[in-house]
Amino acid sequence: MAEFFDQIFVNLKHWLLGFVPAQPDWLQPLATVVISVAAILGVFASLFAIATVIERKGLGRIQNRPGPNRVGIPFTDISLFGFGQPIADGIKALIKEDLVPRAADKVVHFLAPLAMFVPLALTLLVLPMGRNMTAMDIDAGLLFFFAVGAGAELAVFMAGWSSRNKYSLFGAMRAIAQMISYEIPFILSTVSVIMIAGTLSPVKIVEAQQTYNGWLPDWFVFTPWGLAAFLLFITAATAESNRSPFDLPEGESEIIAGYFIEYSGFKFAIFFMAEYFGMFAAGGMAATLFLGGYAAPVEWLNWIPSWAWFFAKTMGFIFFLIWIRGTVPRLRQDQLMNFAWKFMLPMALMTILAAASWHFIPDAFTRWLVSSTLVVAPYLLLGRGLLAGRQIGKRAYRYAD
Amino acid sequence: MLGEAIIKGMAVTAKNFLGSYVSEERLPTIEYPEQRQPLKEAVRNFPFLVYDGDDWHKGMRCVACQICEKECPPKCIYIVKSKDKKPDYMGKAQFYPATFDIDVSVCMSCQICVEVCPFEAIKMDNEFELSTSDRFGGLLLDKQKLAKSNGYYRHIHPTEAGEVDARLAAEKVKAEAKAKADAEAKAKAAAAAAAAPKPVSTPATPAAPPAAPNG
Repeated sequence: MAEFFDQIFVNLKHWLLGFVPAQPDWLQPLATVVISVAAILGVFASLFAIATVIERKGLGRIQNRPGPNRVGIPFTDISLFGFGQPIADGIKALIKEDLVPRAADKVVHFLAPLAMFVPLALTLLVLPMGRNMTAMDIDAGLLFFFAVGAGAELAVFMAGWSSRNKYSLFGAMRAIAQMISYEIPFILSTVSVIMIAGTLSPVKIVEAQQTYNGWLPDWFVFTPWGLAAFLLFITAATAESNRSPFDLPEGESEIIAGYFIEYSGFKFAIFFMAEYFGMFAAGGMAATLFLGGYAAPVEWLNWIPSWAWFFAKTMGFIFFLIWIRGTVPRLRQDQLMNFAWKFMLPMALMTILAAASWHFIPDAFTRWLVSSTLVVAPYLLLGRGLLAGRQIGKRAYRYAD
Repeated sequence: MLGEAIIKGMAVTAKNFLGSYVSEERLPTIEYPEQRQPLKEAVRNFPFLVYDGDDWHKGMRCVACQICEKECPPKCIYIVKSKDKKPDYMGKAQFYPATFDIDVSVCMSCQICVEVCPFEAIKMDNEFELSTSDRFGGLLLDKQKLAKSNGYYRHIHPTEAGEVDARLAAEKVKAEAKAKADAEAKAKAAAAAAAAPKPVSTPATPAAPPAAPNG
């Protein structure tokens, strides 16, 4: 029974493929691709719809207000606790006027949302979303993930530049500086996992974490280097997806909406959706690399289908991002850069050392000790060094009181 | 330690998040159209015209003196004075507004019209749900839409309406007393005139100087 639900989507796809004629011989592969892509786009678009409501409701609850709770089924009194909101938002985005500035570079302005959406949607292809549920199981999946995901940076700059608006250009400049800076710890923090698992394939990395060891699963996050790399990964992923506290490219209070200031209607909605797709991709990759992917946290919970665990972990990451957004104020540009280059980068390099020591020391106690020291000591030293000489505390105003 | 403050902050937000599901006090939001907060007595936004009695046209206090129209800073009041007269609350014949329009899309709720009105005819309403799908006609309130009874005024602003009613009653009493006194004086003068038919001059008793009211 558990096996049936675990493989239900795989079997569904095979059943659908049975209807496709075998001749000509290019038809079957094409049908496979179409079914997988349609499923991924459909699932993640609906997850995006749910995530927007959860985000608004979560932020509302953090600020002690109920959040959206009205929109339900039209012409009835059923309110669905506000989960009809994305339908209303979607209709609104569709019927809104699509304004393009007269001075804008029309072609680039039109292409930018697509150039943002396509790479971020492509990154979802390599994620193992369940047992046998990887749309594109390639050996260099992780490399593909980072290489394609980096394309979004170009789209951000396309949007900022083509709008011919100084605010959007500011936003795009900030975004480029931020995304390129955080790309380095983002990728370096995964190197330790690649070293230990010995593969670039996300499927094989997940398979390496499927065993259970006493009361803890063998997930990479439960090792000292893995925990450090996980925290660095999610921090860098937050910065990559331009989420608070790294939302300087949008910076409502400073540059209004940043690089998509001149976008309205469905183009804006596509930007918005692409950002969420980026978050899903980052969350899915964090789950794949560090949280055992589709594995259950304890052995006796394995009857729950593997894909449910993957999506639960991804949504957990989304919720974590919402929580962070409700907590931390936006960084300053210099703080952002200092954090990337003076803290994240050295720490990412230290996780590689810690993973190496973990691999080469056979004794369990010694490797825990060495690996932890290699992570905790630089953390404390860096923290102390970066905070030294800074006046942290209540701000004193010289003139205003 | 680096990152300590973020953990603390996240604990605070988590407490708020979970607390809002548990404790009613944490969620001060009032679900507006279904639940309403009682309005404070001093709430005011747009003016209305007070009328006495049951008939809004007959009882309207406004005498079309046009002071409010002239004083209105954004010029949102438009008055046309009537040609004929109708009796006011004291029975005195007065003009009345043939047209009285207030454009509430222009009105800035300053209450100056209320301050300057010598007849207590225009007062501030507390009605705020004035949204309309017709942005020209729907927001231009005419005489009939503006007319609201004195009972309504007493209902929304009891203290203020009580003062106004007392003042109007006192004025009415004063006016009646004055009318009575005038009538008596007139009667007395008539009686005196009747009692002294002879054109004998009485310089010791100076007759009431008739020119006094003009002075």
